[in-house]
Amino acid sequence: MSTQELSTQTEMITLTIDGFEVTVPKGTLVIRAAERLGIQIPRFCDHPLLDPVGACRQCLVEIEINGRKFPKPQASCTIPVEPGMVVNTQLTSPVADKAQQGVMELLLINHPLDCPVCDKGGECPLQNQAMSNGRGESRYEGYKRTFEKPINISSQVLLDRERCILCARCTRFSEQIAGDPFITLNERGALQQVGIYEKDPFESYFSGNTVQICPVGALTGASYRFRARPFDLVSTPSACEHCASGCDMRTDVRRGKTLRRLAGDDPQVNEEWNCDKGRWSFKYVTQKDRITTPLVRDKNGELREASWPEALQIAAAGLEANRSAVLVGGRATLEDAYGYAKFARVALKTNDIDFRSRISSKEEREFLASFVVGNQVNYRDIDRADQVLLVGFEPEEESPIVFLRLFKQVRKRALPITTIAPFKSRGSEKLGARLIKSAAGNEAGAISQVAGLTDRSVILVGERLCEAMGGLSAAAALAKSSGAKLAWIPRRAGERGAIEAGAIGNLLPGGRPVTDASARVDIQTAWGVDSIPSNVGRDTTEILDALHSGEIEALLVGGVDPLDISAHLHDGLAKAFVVSLEIRKSALTELANVVLPVAAVVEKSGSFVNWEGRARYFDTAIADSLTRSDLRILSMLADEMGTPIKLPTVAAAAKEFASLGSWEKRSEFQPMPVGNVSVSVDEALLSSWRLLLDAGSLQDGENNLAGTAHPSVAVISESRAKKLGVVAGDLVRVSTKQGAITLPCEISDIEDSSIWIPRNSEQSRTIATLGIAHGPVMVVKA
Amino acid sequence: MSELEPKGSDAIERANAESVPASGQESAPFLKQLKGFWVTFATMFKKPLTIEYPEVKPETQPRFHGRHQLNRYADGLEKCIGCELCAWACPADAIYVEGENNTEENQVSPGERHAKVYQINYLRCIFCGLCIEACPTRALTMTNEYEIADDKREKLIWEKEDLLAPLRQGMLMPPHPMYPGTDHHSYYRGEVTESHPSQEVSK
Repeated sequence: MSTQELSTQTEMITLTIDGFEVTVPKGTLVIRAAERLGIQIPRFCDHPLLDPVGACRQCLVEIEINGRKFPKPQASCTIPVEPGMVVNTQLTSPVADKAQQGVMELLLINHPLDCPVCDKGGECPLQNQAMSNGRGESRYEGYKRTFEKPINISSQVLLDRERCILCARCTRFSEQIAGDPFITLNERGALQQVGIYEKDPFESYFSGNTVQICPVGALTGASYRFRARPFDLVSTPSACEHCASGCDMRTDVRRGKTLRRLAGDDPQVNEEWNCDKGRWSFKYVTQKDRITTPLVRDKNGELREASWPEALQIAAAGLEANRSAVLVGGRATLEDAYGYAKFARVALKTNDIDFRSRISSKEEREFLASFVVGNQVNYRDIDRADQVLLVGFEPEEESPIVFLRLFKQVRKRALPITTIAPFKSRGSEKLGARLIKSAAGNEAGAISQVAGLTDRSVILVGERLCEAMGGLSAAAALAKSSGAKLAWIPRRAGERGAIEAGAIGNLLPGGRPVTDASARVDIQTAWGVDSIPSNVGRDTTEILDALHSGEIEALLVGGVDPLDISAHLHDGLAKAFVVSLEIRKSALTELANVVLPVAAVVEKSGSFVNWEGRARYFDTAIADSLTRSDLRILSMLADEMGTPIKLPTVAAAAKEFASLGSWEKRSEFQPMPVGNVSVSVDEALLSSWRLLLDAGSLQDGENNLAGTAHPSVAVISESRAKKLGVVAGDLVRVSTKQGAITLPCEISDIEDSSIWIPRNSEQSRTIATLGIAHGPVMVVKA
Repeated sequence: MSELEPKGSDAIERANAESVPASGQESAPFLKQLKGFWVTFATMFKKPLTIEYPEVKPETQPRFHGRHQLNRYADGLEKCIGCELCAWACPADAIYVEGENNTEENQVSPGERHAKVYQINYLRCIFCGLCIEACPTRALTMTNEYEIADDKREKLIWEKEDLLAPLRQGMLMPPHPMYPGTDHHSYYRGEVTESHPSQEVSK
C-alpha cells in the first residue's frame, strides 16, 4: 500500500499513552498503539494476526476518554483507540500495575512450578512476565489442579493441560488461520481445557504453529521434547527447502545437529506461519544412508569409497569422453542451479540440461520461457484479487502458505475461488471454492468455461497442469483475454530459481533464449567463452530417451529420484556413465559410476527463489560441517576437466548471476491445441497429486510427522461405487499393466470417469507401482 | 579517604625510615648467626606442619567444594531430571546435559524426564557451587573429594556414570519403575524411603 493510499483510506487518531501522544490509524488496538511508543504491556492471548479475544486479562490498563474514566481497568488488546483517549499503563498507573499483578497471581495459582522439566523454560512469556509484572511471592497455599500429562493431541503435538492458561491462541489459530477447527476449549471454570474432538483427529498441516505461539509450555512438539534449552541452541535465519512457498525460517542447531526449525516472521510471505513439513522435516540430513565420502564403481561393479581427487578425476574423464547431459533436480538452490547451468554450457558444451525431475512437457518449457521467467505476481496480488482461479493446483497440499493466504482472504472478505479439479479436496472445501469438474488431462477444455475474470483476478496454475495437453496454453490465453495475472506455482523449492538460472534447455541465465544470438553473446562475454551451443537442448524425457538409444552416454545428476519421472529408467541409466551429486543413497546412486556427496540445505548458504520470484536467502546453520555445496563440487569438476567455471563460492555465483541481469524480451509462445482424454467404460481416468505429508524422501526419519499424514484412500464417484458394488471403506484395486495399488475407497462427488489416489504416499506410489500418475487405469473391487 | 589512596608524604618518609636500618645499631654478625640456628634448633621440638600427602590425606571442611555427585532416591532412581539448570547457572560452561523422555522400559528418574548425557568438564569447573544451588531436585551436590587431577584432558570430562552416587543398601540399579502406588510428587516430597521388590527388573 503506498503512502497516498494509506492516507486516503484510513483516518488517523491521536491519543495519549503514559503522557506521550501517538497518532495511529483508526481501528488500531490500544496495546498496538502502545507498542508504537515502545511501551510493552504484558500479554498472553493477544497476537497481531489473530482476532482479539481478551481471554487472559493480563494487559489491563486504565483508560479515560474525554475526561471520563472507565470504572475498572480495561483489557488493552480488545479496545480500539478513540480520539482523545488517555491511557495509563502499568508504568504510570498503580491501579493498572496492581491489576496486572493480580491477574498474574491468579494465572499462576493453577500453573505448575515445573519449569525445570518444561520445554518452554528459558523462552517462556509466562516466566518472563511473571518476573516483570508479577509479585515476588505467591499468597496461594492450596493444592494446584493437576491433570494426567502429557496427552497427545496429535502424534507430533503434546498437551500438558495443567500448564495451559486458556489464552485460546491455539484454538483461534486453528480456526482463523488454518481453517482446521480440530481443537477447542472444553469444560468451564478451573477445569476448562484444550481438547480434541473425539471423532476428528488433529490432522492439521499447520499444527506446529500452535506450539510456536503457545505462550506457556502447554503445547510442545514431540520431537523437540526435552532435547535442549534455548541457551544451547545456535539460531540461524534460513529458508524452507520443502516447497515453493518460500517460508522464512529459523534453524536451531545444537552441537552440529538441527533440533528444531521455527517459522520466521516475514509479513510479505509467510507472515508468522509455516507448515508442519517445513517445521519438522529435517532429520533426512542425519539418516544412516547419508553419503559422507566420494564413491566410485570398481571393476566388479561395486561402489567403493574413494578420495576426492580420484573420484573427481574419474568423473571428469567420463564426462569429457562422452556426450553428456545434466539433470539438475528441483531442489537445487539458485546458486547451485546456476552452477549446473554454467557447467553444462562451459564444461560439457551442451544445452541438454533440465531441472524438471518430474512429469513435464515441451509445452511447459515454452510456457516457462514466455510467462514464468521474470514473472512478478506475488502474495499481495492474492490479497488484492477480486477472484482466484486454481488450475492443476491444490494449494493446501502443494504450497501450503499460498493456501493460508487464500484462506485469510476467504475468511476476511469472502474472496471467490474457482478450482479446476476432478473433485473438491479438503483444501478446496475449506476455501469454499467453486468446482469446475474436470478429469486429469481435460483441464484445457475446462479453462475455456471460466468467465468473469478481470485484471484484478489471479490465475494460479500448478506444475501438474503440464500433464494436460493445451492446459498451460489455455491458461495463458485466458490470462491474456481477461487481463488477469497468471502465476505458475511449482511444488519444489528450487524450480523457479532453476528457470531464472537457466538450468533448462531453452534458456540461458536471466531468461535469455538460447536461440537468440545477442543473448548468447551476452553470456559468452560474461563467461569468457568463445561459444555457447545455439540449439535448444533436450528436455528430461528426451535426455532419458537419448540414454536408451545411446545418443547420450554420460549424465551428470543433481538431487533426482528417477522414480519421480518414470519407472522405466533403469536400463538407460545402467548403460550410461552417471555422475551423481547426492546427499543420501538413492535408487540413482545405486546405478551411478561416481557418487559425490554434497551439503544439505542446513550445511550451506544460498538462496531459493519462491513462486513469486522472490529470493529467499539462507545462511549456513551447521557451520562446522565438512560437506561441500553442489556448486563447489561442480567448480572442482570443471577445473579437473580443464574448463573452469570460476564459481568457487556461493557468494561468487550470486555475484556473477546478479551481474548478468535479466533479459527483457520473452520468446513468442506457440499455444498447443486443447487436449481431450477419455476412457472406455471399463476403465477409469487416474488423477493424482502429492499430499503434503507423504513418502517424500525429505520427510524420512520423522515418525511423529508421518503420524499426521492423511491416510491414503482412493476417491471414486457414487456411480462407480455402485457399479463396483463397494461402500466407503471397502478396498478397491487400481491397476495398469505394470502393477496394482489397493486402497480403501472414499465416495465423493468426483468427476464420473475419474479415480483419485495419492501420487506418492506410503501405500500408493503411483509412478513406481503403476508406471503412470495420470491416464487410464483399471479399477475393480479388491 | 580510602585505604587504597596514597598516604600523606610524612607516612612515606616514616616507612622509608623503618625499612632502612640505622647504621651502628646492628648486633654482631656472630650473634645474628646464633639467632638463626636457634630457630632451626627450636623447630626440631615443634609439631611438624607438613602433611605427608598422598600417604596422609587431610580432612576438608564439611562444606568444602569438591567434585560433584549425582544423587539417587532411596530406591535407586536418579534424582537428576536433565533440566540443564546447572549448565545454565555454570559461569565456566563446564556442564553439558542432554535430556530425554522416561519411558516405561527406560525409567531412569521419577517423572517424565531424565538426563541422557551428563558431563562435567573439570578442566573448566571453578568449583563455585552455583550449579548445586540451581539444582531443583538436589540431584547435584558437591562431595569433599578433591583428588581430581589426571594425566589426560579427556579423563577430566566426567560422564554421568562417574558422577553418579554409588548404590547403597537397598537401592536398585535404574532403569526400573517407580515405587508402586507413587508418582513423582511422592519422590519430591521424600515419601519414598526404600525400594520395593516389584521394582526389580530382570535385565
